[in-house]
Amino acid sequence: MIDRAQVLHVAKLARLALSDDEVERMSRELSAVLDHIEKISELQLDGVAPTSHVIDVVNALRPDEPRPSLPRDVALASAPEPLEQGFGVPSPGAS
Amino acid sequence: MSELIELTAAQAAERIGDGGLSAAELFEAYRVRAAADGDDLNAFTWVADAPPEQTPSGPLAGVPLAVKDLFCTEGVPSQSGSKILEGYKPPYTATAVAKLVEAGTTLLGKTNQDEFAMGSSNENSAFGPVRNPWDRERVPGGSSGGSAAAVAAGLAPWALGTDTGGSIRQPAALCGIVGLKPTYGAISRYGMIAFASSLDQAGPFTRDVTDAALLLRHMVGQDERDSTSLAYPGEIELPQGVDLRGVKLGVPEELTGEGIESGVREAFNATLALAEQLGASVETCRLPHAPHALNAYYLIAPAEASANLARFDGVRYGLRVDADDLLGMYTQTREAGFGAEVKRRIMLGTYALSSGYYDAYYGRAQQVRTKVADDFRAAFERFDLLVTPTSPSVAFRLGEKVDDPLAMYLSDVCTVPMSLAGIPAISIPNGLSDGLPVGFQLCGPAFSESRLLAAAYVLEQALGFDGSAARR
Repeated sequence: MIDRAQVLHVAKLARLALSDDEVERMSRELSAVLDHIEKISELQLDGVAPTSHVIDVVNALRPDEPRPSLPRDVALASAPEPLEQGFGVPSPGAS
Repeated sequence: MSELIELTAAQAAERIGDGGLSAAELFEAYRVRAAADGDDLNAFTWVADAPPEQTPSGPLAGVPLAVKDLFCTEGVPSQSGSKILEGYKPPYTATAVAKLVEAGTTLLGKTNQDEFAMGSSNENSAFGPVRNPWDRERVPGGSSGGSAAAVAAGLAPWALGTDTGGSIRQPAALCGIVGLKPTYGAISRYGMIAFASSLDQAGPFTRDVTDAALLLRHMVGQDERDSTSLAYPGEIELPQGVDLRGVKLGVPEELTGEGIESGVREAFNATLALAEQLGASVETCRLPHAPHALNAYYLIAPAEASANLARFDGVRYGLRVDADDLLGMYTQTREAGFGAEVKRRIMLGTYALSSGYYDAYYGRAQQVRTKVADDFRAAFERFDLLVTPTSPSVAFRLGEKVDDPLAMYLSDVCTVPMSLAGIPAISIPNGLSDGLPVGFQLCGPAFSESRLLAAAYVLEQALGFDGSAARR
């Protein structure tokens, strides 16, 4: 029930370059998992508030005081392409 | 040297504190064992090559600690079991680890895990599967399989893991040791490479309940760097007590019915009988939405993971696959760097959050979550603690479930509900079935860790489980 076109669409959203084999396998595996998960559609859930925070914390803020953050050289230490004090990346291209 | 390995962490800390044992000697005893593991259990992704330079001080002074790969440890590889972070050395250390180092523990090594904490068998690591010290043809459980195997085999006196849907408790059960998932928010997640932010929690793997209490005590507390962390009310007590008089235990029908292997069920029922002999009252109860917890979890966790793993794109750290353009770099880097299970869950999560599907999937799953939490709250009005088997089966064979994601997900059926509700839960070994360890799970309301540990301790002492066979 999640077909090839949907898999390709979701893969694009997820920025994954799946191989043809993977697309086919993903369609099968995800369909099987979703078939099972779908059972939650059978529940009566009208008026039930969704939980996003299981132990509720409200307004966990700290004082708005500037403080030093990561030094630039440390931040760039693991960069695949440190470039002019920043992270070098390929151009987005003419899209 | 083997007698040093037989000391519990608490005993070792006391001896080092008294001056009767040198921290360096204890560290070296474990370091040699951990370094020699290699492919035997494949429990470690990194082992220290020397004892720490400074003599540690503090209540845990000198007891070495193994830490799951996904905890950032400054200057030491922290890879979350993934090729996309292979060799990555963070510029900072996770709060949970920093607190324990401040209390005196020393970093022995980083342990192998399922990639990005996604798995129940430690077969999803980019660095090879971990094996169960009780039977090397079997899995140790996951995702914290390396930490569990290390403690069970006596390669580390204790270890840190993380639990999102059962990833501490289930491997603890399969490896015959103690594993605890705390109340959500009790331990800071700062520096834990994230899987699912509303579920992830750090916790201890230990040989006994006293060690778990000791480690937990030094991990809890609010951290301004994690806005979901909470101030822990009071101090975690070290357990004492000789009976369970006055303790009301509830046995949820939905989590103790079909699907539990017969050997696991026998051990479970025997432990219930033991609890009654120790003075507890034991009655069945209902958690009506528990059968839907797994389905909700396998929507919520992958959805959160799809957001958390978006940062792995080849830009700032980790693997980069060169491509003609930016989009190509993103998609090819992620394709090359993520394993099959991670890709599956990213896809599932992305789908569940995508336009047109959000309400039916993620939205509904969050509503189911509310009902699961409500069910526990209602049960805790009648009972002090609820008990279940930790895992429906003992350790299964390597390769047995890799081709059937759904069968693998079902390993978590007894542990996921507590994760959704954010309540603390502990697994203790309560016997063997065909020579393989069985785990018994206790859970309680939020912030009931001391009560949980107290009851677990009494049972542990009465059960007298001997895990030394795995420590050869």
